[in-house]
Amino acid sequence: MMQIGSYVVPLVVVLIVGHGLFKGLPVFDLFVEGAREGLHTAARILPALVALMTAVGMFKASGALDLLSFALEPVGRLIGLPRELLPLALLRPVSGSGAMAIFDGLLRTHGPDSLIGRIASVMEGSTETTFYTIAVYYGAAEIRQTRHTVPAALSADLTGFFLSALFVRLLF
Amino acid sequence: MMNFIFSGMLVFSFVFAVLTGRIEQLSRSVLEQAGNAVELVLSLLGMLCLWSGIMRIAQESKLTEKLSKALSPITGRLFHGLKPGGRAMRAITMNLVANFLGLGNAATPLGIQAICEMRKEQGAQGTATNEMAMFVVLNTASLQLIPTTTAMIRMQYGAAAPLDILPAVWLASIGSITVGVVMAKTLEKVWRERG
Repeated sequence: MMQIGSYVVPLVVVLIVGHGLFKGLPVFDLFVEGAREGLHTAARILPALVALMTAVGMFKASGALDLLSFALEPVGRLIGLPRELLPLALLRPVSGSGAMAIFDGLLRTHGPDSLIGRIASVMEGSTETTFYTIAVYYGAAEIRQTRHTVPAALSADLTGFFLSALFVRLLF
Repeated sequence: MMNFIFSGMLVFSFVFAVLTGRIEQLSRSVLEQAGNAVELVLSLLGMLCLWSGIMRIAQESKLTEKLSKALSPITGRLFHGLKPGGRAMRAITMNLVANFLGLGNAATPLGIQAICEMRKEQGAQGTATNEMAMFVVLNTASLQLIPTTTAMIRMQYGAAAPLDILPAVWLASIGSITVGVVMAKTLEKVWRERG
């Protein structure tokens, strides 16, 4: 079942290049030309990423994240999220690898088929690294006024967490 | 907004670290994180070049145009400020398809391309347009059909059926995407583009 995932990427690459060749295009030249653009894009993302990752790293290292988990426990109770899952909910929008580390720890201590393990899995599977996405995309387009992006994205995340807890309770 | 979040996090972290005596860890993270950002961009770099190259072929062979046309009933409604069938719209379509298939490594480069095309088409200078915000919100919600990484970790810890969470994941995803889209559409009237 897991092997399906291994087919997707190579298949997409082969299909696109094959289709280009079928149309009689100079696929190699086109590829190199496009890849060069990727290089420029990478250079444009970096500055914003340095700023954001430093801020997040300092926030985690100062212990502020733990305090925030503690302070937000009433909110967690309101949306039916067990206390153990608050650090995951807080870190998920900010750091993909950080959330992955917490997720890993939760499955180890509680087991993948426990209530906590299941809710954590659904949270992890149904949300994204919001602030990383915002930093990368707006960094690339040199956007500084993000307007309503952050509140809209965060309300989607919050809904995702709430529904994860809800549906795991309903379906299992 | 970004200015506020950035400076707020720095000041708060510093004060908090002083109060809790974790200034040592704080100082280490200041020194490390900039390097981590470079590492992250480097790790993205290969994929960025690969998918930009593949995308160029797909563009020239009119493959993206076809896909974009097929999905236009949905994308046209979400991004009605963009030219239907334009470069930006085509890049958006490819990004959404990659997200759906779980090609995270492809989705990010394609998304970066999409937002750069949007900037060109809409002439945005430093301020996000309604369409950019909608696009970013869609990308911060998970559109992924099968969360393979999550399933892999579940399997590793001996889950009886690693993918038994799928119905719950889909329902939660649909709910959060709906809320994201509705919020983006509603709030774009509150935070105006000009002024």
